Amino acid sequence: MIPCQNLDRLFDVIVIGAGPAGLAAALAAWEEGARDVLICERATEPGGILDQCIHNGFGLEIFREELTGPEYAGRYLDLLAGTGVELLTDTMVIGIDGHETTEPGAGTMSAAPDVHLVRITGARSGCRDLRARAVVLAMGCRERSRGGIALPGSRPSGILTAGAAQRYVNIEGWSVGRRVVILGSGDIGLIMARRLTLEGARVLACVELLPWSGGLIRNIVQCLNDFDIPLLLGHTVIAVHGRRRLEGVTVAAVDPDSRRPIPGTEQHFDCDTLLLSVGLIPENELTRAAGIPLDSRTRGAVVDENMETGTPGIFACGNVLHVHDLVDYVSAESARAGRAAARYALSREARPDSLAVLPAGELSYVVPQRLTRSGLGRSQTLYGRVRRPLPQAQLLLESDGVVLARWKRERLTPGEMIRLNVPAVILQQAGSGLVLRAEPLDLTTEEERP
Amino acid sequence: MHYDLIVIGCGVVGAAVARLASLRGLGVLVLEAAHDVACGASKANSAILHAGFDPEPGTLMAKTNVRGVELCRDICAELDVPRHEIGALVLGFGQEDLAHLELLLERGRQNGVGGLRIVGQAELRALEPGVSLEATAALYAPSSAVVDPWELTLAMTENALANGARLELGARVTAIRRGDGFEVETDDGRSFACHSIVNAAGVEAGAVHRLIGGSDWGSRPTRGEYYLLDKSAGHAARHTLFQCPTAAGKGVLVSPTVHGNLIVGPNAELIADGHATETTAAGLAEVAAAARRSLPKLPLHENIRNFAGIRAACDADDFIIAPSPVDPAFINLAGIKSPGLSSAPAIAEMALELLGAAGVEFVDRPDAIRGRKRVRFRDLDLEERQRLIAADPAWGRVVCRCETITEAEIVAAIHGPVPATSIDAVKRHAGAGMGRCQGGFCGPRVQALLARELGLSYADICQHEPGSHIVLGPLGAPVTEEGGAL
Repeated sequence: MIPCQNLDRLFDVIVIGAGPAGLAAALAAWEEGARDVLICERATEPGGILDQCIHNGFGLEIFREELTGPEYAGRYLDLLAGTGVELLTDTMVIGIDGHETTEPGAGTMSAAPDVHLVRITGARSGCRDLRARAVVLAMGCRERSRGGIALPGSRPSGILTAGAAQRYVNIEGWSVGRRVVILGSGDIGLIMARRLTLEGARVLACVELLPWSGGLIRNIVQCLNDFDIPLLLGHTVIAVHGRRRLEGVTVAAVDPDSRRPIPGTEQHFDCDTLLLSVGLIPENELTRAAGIPLDSRTRGAVVDENMETGTPGIFACGNVLHVHDLVDYVSAESARAGRAAARYALSREARPDSLAVLPAGELSYVVPQRLTRSGLGRSQTLYGRVRRPLPQAQLLLESDGVVLARWKRERLTPGEMIRLNVPAVILQQAGSGLVLRAEPLDLTTEEERP
Repeated sequence: MHYDLIVIGCGVVGAAVARLASLRGLGVLVLEAAHDVACGASKANSAILHAGFDPEPGTLMAKTNVRGVELCRDICAELDVPRHEIGALVLGFGQEDLAHLELLLERGRQNGVGGLRIVGQAELRALEPGVSLEATAALYAPSSAVVDPWELTLAMTENALANGARLELGARVTAIRRGDGFEVETDDGRSFACHSIVNAAGVEAGAVHRLIGGSDWGSRPTRGEYYLLDKSAGHAARHTLFQCPTAAGKGVLVSPTVHGNLIVGPNAELIADGHATETTAAGLAEVAAAARRSLPKLPLHENIRNFAGIRAACDADDFIIAPSPVDPAFINLAGIKSPGLSSAPAIAEMALELLGAAGVEFVDRPDAIRGRKRVRFRDLDLEERQRLIAADPAWGRVVCRCETITEAEIVAAIHGPVPATSIDAVKRHAGAGMGRCQGGFCGPRVQALLARELGLSYADICQHEPGSHIVLGPLGAPVTEEGGAL
């Protein structure tokens, strides 16, 4: 990978973001034959969030070994080193095709019909429009903040998202607190419970509103259980105390149905730090500003099996599309987007008709949301998540009311993504649309059935 | 140094007084207890420039409201403060409210508010499509506007400083001695001499008045809690939507803000502690329920921040804008509840009249600086941006991604006439951290810029007031057994 020299030319593919999604997409675009490929990255180094994820567990699927986040990013940078993919760091994309995220009145862009405009700003690159035949959105996601959960109480320092704490500790080398409560049991919160413990802090509890954790099972075992950190399921923080620095939080059990605090169950934790690990939100401000259709379930773009959005030539992949559990799956999905973006840029082939894929039953979403007619001739991977844990479940693929196929699955949880490989022979039977349904499976009934 | 005037408190009222006094030739010192301006009620309110139909005709509130928003129009234009005249609708739910709307209409006419009229349901729904079907009529006030109250306070303060005023932050007044003029002592042991004093200390105004042996006014701090929704919800309402006011206040409103967000609140809760700005589950639930009455599809899931403000109310029904009975050169501006933001410039005019009556002499200053310009990267066109980046690359580096605020704007705020020295002050002065991620992304970066520009360590940088540290110290530093308290 080389620094970008000429910003004036027409790029085949511009990738927005040099995190795991962007790196994999750019590499795949190059491998597919695109030769003018540029990655725009707002940080000074590529790698994205991987750079602060110094724990291991990355790469088991793709590299068949356990890597840390920086090592995982390093593998991709090594692969990219042999290519002519260009990188523009310290540069933020602030608009696509004439629409800036903050809607200023300034300037309207005009583009040729098959050229997209990517407006960048950077200390060295300046503020200007770049031109590309195809664009890959790989901006990742952000953490839900205190406001997103309307957490009442005072507003002292010492309340921060788990990812922000991770950055302070792992990148900047600062201690964020001595006595810590974690609200939410997302993976970053669990990872930080262990990390802060190893750095000498006392993690008093991990408090989760739902009756189950939204994190990976392996993280609950390795980050909480192994360090005797209690996981309080069905509890939440109902008040924070302290004017300057946080002095404590009040935790209460919640009613499992209404999720409202149960009076009389309040307990006080004397803590100086509250970490929030209460969800990730795909960072789709550019997407929204550009008028690209979004899926309200995933909060990412609607895409087909090529990861192409509703705007021809604009692709999306990774956590900006839907929040993933493992980075390996981000890379695999992004490679698909990169290859398709390159094909689009090089051939400018017209997009085939597509049909919708909808989630049903206990499935909260499915990606891709559309399959092209030509895509039905190949096997496809569908991603999704269940709304609640299902110890035994079946997945049903339906079309026009007919069940095309069914799969049995064990231990589906909202914290872990479903990946379903659907063979072409099944997809070819699709009628006007597809529905992927998740249902709890009662084994006894199943066996008794004649 | 002997000042003509010391202004105690740099909220919107104090800033308006300081600006006007400096424009009229007075040597002004502003003493502010907090470490930034606009840290009391001016920081946390509905951010509305009210049309003026609500206050009882003949009151100081009515008089200053209508005059104040008129002055504000020019002040905002001169000082580059965002102000949008989006209009307001007071929603009427059924026959009983209709009578109330008629009363407000009549009050508005007596107060001299232009353009008021009552609209029926059809027109109401055309003006505000998302409004509740239960709302059968509304009082339409086209001159109602929204403003950035932090920026207004900051801009008036900066304008005062440009005209020779001095500002001391972190200077809490602890004693005032009367003799030939006044001698004012602050908690850091300094003292300042002046001829006259304007007491604009908000919830502390009673306590400040007591320092010269005056009485307070039965302080009744009243807390109001708010939701602030993301810009993606900013179009859920087009106007400021009120409900019929009650004795407790103007009620819960829903309004677009000048930044394009949606603000929802406040409730009104009498509290004992005038600094208890915490939000509560009950208060927020009350606000949510009341707001949904106006806008049933209110997208509260787009919430990015909750906050509470304390109205500096007192037992008097009206504003107190009067010389102290103890000393005519000590002007009290107290009990400035709503519509205090709207009234501030007019309250300042009255304060100066009272100072004149107490023998203060003003001089015309044809050389006075009346304008102020703030450069906002996101509002510039490409050529202007290119020019700035060429001169200083920091203009090209976006620090706050939600609001597109550049490093240059943050550095300018840190070294501004009113220096922004905490994360929250940078938010108010430059806009970094105001957006949907609430500083989750830019907070550490702003902290790094503050440390670099002020020559401090990361660990010295505070969220807001001293003691609100964000990091404790370098990793690996010794920790106490059981992780002792800070």
